[in-house]
Amino acid sequence: MSGEKSRRGFLEAALSGSALLAMVAVFYPIYKYITPPKLAEAKLSQLKLSFSRADIESEPKKAKYFKYGRSMGIIFLTETNELMALSATCTHLDCTVQHRPDLGIIWCSCHNGRYGMDGSNISGPPPRPLEPYQVKEVGETIFVSKGDS
Amino acid sequence: MSDKNLSSKMFDWVDSRFKISALVDYMGTKVVPEHSHSTFYYLGGISLFLFIVQVISGILLLMYYRPGADSAFESVQFIVSTVSFGWLVRAVHSWSANLMVFFVFLHMFTVYFTKAYRKPRELTWLSGMGLFGLSLLFGFSGYLLPWNELAFFATRVGTGMAGAVPVIGNDLLIIMRGGEEVTGATIGRFFGLHVAILPGLFTVLLSAHLIMVQRQGMSEPIDWVNKSDAEKKYMKFFPNFILRDVLVWLIVLNVIAVLATFFPDGIGVIHWPLGEKADSFAPPPAVIRPEWYFMFAFQALKMLPAHILFLEGEYFGIIFFSIGGLIWALVPFLDKKSAVDQKSKLFTAFGYFVLAFIIFMTLYGYMVE
Amino acid sequence: MYKKSFIYLMICMFSAVLVTAAEDNCMTCHADFEDDDGPSHMISKDVHIQKGLGCVDCHGGDASLDDMDDVRNSKGYKGVPSYREVPKFCASCHSDAAYMHEHNPAMPTDQFEKYKTSFHGKQLLKKGDTNVANCISCHSVHQINTAKLPHSSTHPLNITKTCGKCHSDSNLMGKYGLEATPVADYKESVHGQALFERGDLSAPTCNDCHGNHGAAPPGVTSLIAVCGTCHAVESELFNSSPHKEAYEENDFPMCMTCHSNHKILKPEDKWVGTEEPALCIECHSVDDGTKGIETAAGISVALKSLVKAHAEAQVVLDEAIEKGMATTDAEFSMKELQQSLIQTRTKLHSFNLDSVLPLAEQGMKQAAKVKETSAGLIEEFYFRRKGLGVTSLIFTILVIGLYLVIRKVEKK
Repeated sequence: MSGEKSRRGFLEAALSGSALLAMVAVFYPIYKYITPPKLAEAKLSQLKLSFSRADIESEPKKAKYFKYGRSMGIIFLTETNELMALSATCTHLDCTVQHRPDLGIIWCSCHNGRYGMDGSNISGPPPRPLEPYQVKEVGETIFVSKGDS
Repeated sequence: MSDKNLSSKMFDWVDSRFKISALVDYMGTKVVPEHSHSTFYYLGGISLFLFIVQVISGILLLMYYRPGADSAFESVQFIVSTVSFGWLVRAVHSWSANLMVFFVFLHMFTVYFTKAYRKPRELTWLSGMGLFGLSLLFGFSGYLLPWNELAFFATRVGTGMAGAVPVIGNDLLIIMRGGEEVTGATIGRFFGLHVAILPGLFTVLLSAHLIMVQRQGMSEPIDWVNKSDAEKKYMKFFPNFILRDVLVWLIVLNVIAVLATFFPDGIGVIHWPLGEKADSFAPPPAVIRPEWYFMFAFQALKMLPAHILFLEGEYFGIIFFSIGGLIWALVPFLDKKSAVDQKSKLFTAFGYFVLAFIIFMTLYGYMVE
Repeated sequence: MYKKSFIYLMICMFSAVLVTAAEDNCMTCHADFEDDDGPSHMISKDVHIQKGLGCVDCHGGDASLDDMDDVRNSKGYKGVPSYREVPKFCASCHSDAAYMHEHNPAMPTDQFEKYKTSFHGKQLLKKGDTNVANCISCHSVHQINTAKLPHSSTHPLNITKTCGKCHSDSNLMGKYGLEATPVADYKESVHGQALFERGDLSAPTCNDCHGNHGAAPPGVTSLIAVCGTCHAVESELFNSSPHKEAYEENDFPMCMTCHSNHKILKPEDKWVGTEEPALCIECHSVDDGTKGIETAAGISVALKSLVKAHAEAQVVLDEAIEKGMATTDAEFSMKELQQSLIQTRTKLHSFNLDSVLPLAEQGMKQAAKVKETSAGLIEEFYFRRKGLGVTSLIFTILVIGLYLVIRKVEKK
C-alpha cells in the first residue's frame, strides 16, 4: 500500500517537475525573444549614416565608406559640393574603389579602372558601371537607399 | 492537502458567481466513441493546437515585423539574424503553418469519408469549410509578408490567377494588390488581412465550430446504428480524452521544435529561405511555385488549354474549381442518404476522385518543374 | 500608303542591283576562277566591302569593263602590290586624313607613321626584309575587320595566334636572335590566364604592352610606364622606392626584374623573404650595407602571418556558412580583410617596412573579428542543437509521465 503510494507520489512529482521544466523550455526562448537586442530595431533599406557632411568634408579624399547589408558603399563630395553615393566594389575584380578629387573620378587602384562621378565606367578594365545609391540629407543626417524608392 | 482545499475554494468562489458546475457536470457526462478510426478524433484537436501555436508565434513576430516595401524584408532579416531566438520563432511559425494546413486537410478528408458531416452536423461541416478556406488565405497572405523574391513572384502569379475570375476578376485583382502591380501597397493589404481580418473571422468561426462539436459530441461511425448498445464502446471525454489530446499536442510541439531547429528554412518543396529582397525589376527566378497546398490548383490551371468550348481556359478552370468547391461545401445537404445513416457510394467515390485529383496534380506539378 | 512605299522600296532595290551589276564586273570573273579561299569569296567579311567600297577602290582600274585585259590597261589600275609596297598601298587611304574623315572620322591616320618606327617597318622599308610583318600579316588580306569583332584577327582573343604565326616560329626567330617562346610564356602568365580562362577581355595581350602599329619591346625605363597603365599604385610606389635608382644604375629591367616579361606569373608571397625561393636574396645579403634583408624579413613575416590569419578566418567563416547561420556581418568583415590583404601585397612595392606594417596590422585585426564573429555563430549552432536535445528530453519525460497517468486513470 505504502509502496504504491510512494510510486504515485514519485509519478506526480516527476510529472509536475517535467511539466514545469517544459514550461521553462517554452518560455525561456520567448523571454529571450521579447528582450530587445542591442540594436533595437531593424535597419531599413534606407540607411542612416553615422557621420555627417562635415565628416566627409574633413576627409583628405572627401569620401567615406559605409556598410549597406552585405555590400560596401562609398559616399563622396563632388566639386559642386553635392553628395553622391555609389557601390564601392569595382565591377572588374572586387577591389574597393576610391574617390580621387584631384582627377575628378572614382578610381580603382588595382588595375587603374576609372569611373565617372555617376558610376559610369570610363576607362580601364571595369566592364560595368558602379551601382548608384540615392542620397537624402535631412538636416545634419544623411540617408542612403537603393532602388527606386 | 491544503492546496486541494485552496483549489476547491477557488472553484466555489467562481461557481457561486457564474454557476459553472452545470458546465463541469456536462463535461463529465460527455463521451467519445471508441472504434478502429478513433485516431481521427485527434486531427481536429491537433489543428486547433497548431492554430494556437500560430497565434502565439505570430504575436511574437509582430513585435519586430514592420510592413512596408522598404522595411518588411529588413525587419524579417533582423528577426532571423539579430533577435535572440528570432530564427526559432520564424521557423516555428512557418512549420506550424504548413502542418496546420496539412492537418486541416487530413481532418477534412477523414470527416468526409466517415460521413461525419451527416445530420445533425451540417453546420459543423460548413463552419469547418469556412475555417479551411481561411487557413488557405492565411497561408497565401502570410507568404508575401517577408517581401523576398520568392514571395514576390509567387504572389504576382497567385493574384494574377484571381484576376482571371469571370466578371469581377480585374476589380478583385486590383483590390488584392492595392493597385495594378504587386507593390508596397500590397504588403499593407496582406498584412492587415493576415494579422487582423483573418484572425478575427477565424476566431469567430472556430468558436462556433467548437461549441457545435461540444454540444453535439463526436460523431459515431455510420454503421453503429445497427449495433446494440453493448457493442458500442466509449471513452470519457474528461479527463481521458483530454489527457490523450494533451499528450498528442506535446508530441506535435516537440516535432515542430525538431523541424524548426534542423530545418529553420524548411526542406524540399516546403521551403521558405529569406534569400534576396523582392525587386520588381529583377528577372523572375527559374522556378516560380506556390506553396505545396496550392500546387494542385496551380498545376491544373496551368495545364488547361487556352480555350475550352466557348470559354477561356482560365475561366473554365476557375468555374470548375468554384463548382467543385461548392459541391464539397454543400455535401451534407446533397448527400441525402447520409441523413438517414446510409453510406452513399456516389459521394464516397466523389471523395476519392477529389483526393486522387489533388494528389496527382500536386505530384505532377512538382515533377514537371 | 504602305503599299506605295513598298513598291518604291522594291524599285530602289532592283535598280541598285542593276547599277552595281553594270559598274562592278570584277566578281563576275574572279568568282569563277578563284578557289573558295580566293579574295572574291572571302571579301564579304571585310570591313571595306561592308562600308560600301569596291575592289577598284584599292586595286584601281575600271570595273565597268568586262574583259580582264582591258581592266589591266585601264586608268589607275594598281593590281596586286608587292609585299614591300603593301604599307604604302594601304596608307594611300589610311594616311589621308581628309579621305578617312569621310568614311570613319574617329579613326586615326598615323598607322603608317607608327609602322615606320617599328622594328617590322624598319626592316621591311629600309632593308627590304620580307620576313617581317606588314599590314596584311596581322590584318589579313581580304578579311580585314575591326578588332571588336570576335572573328577578326586583331580581336584580343586572336592576337596571340596572329603574332604567334611568326613569333612562335623558332626557325624564323632564330634568324633575328630572338626566342620563339613569348606566346607560350604569355599563355601561362597571369594575364594570359585572365584572358583565356576567365574571358576577361580587359586583360592585356601582346599589343597592349608592345603597341599596335609601332610594335616594339618597351625600353628598360619605360617598363614602369607600360606596367603602370594598369598597375598604377605599384609603379607609383616603386618609383619612390630606393629600388628605382639602384635598378637604373645597374640597368635592371624594373618590374621585369622580379616579375619576368612574358611569363608574368601570379605573384607568390614566398617571393619576399630571406630564404629560397625569395627573390630579394638574389641581390641582397646581410652585409651589403643596405636595409634590404631586414626589410625583406619584416615584410615576409607580416605578410605570412596575415595570409595565415586570412586562411584561418576563411575556414571558420565557411563552417558558419555551411551550418546555415546568418553570416552577413562576418562576410562583410571578410571582404574588408581581403581588401587589406590586397593592399598589403601592393604596398610592399614601396620596399619600406614602416608603410607595410600598419596595413598588415589592420588586416590582422579584421581577421580576428571575422574569426570571433564566425566562431560565435558556430557556437550558437551547437547551442541550438543542445537546447533542442534538453527540450526534447523534458518533453519525452513529460509525455511518458502523462501516458502513465492516462493508463492509471483508465484502469479505474
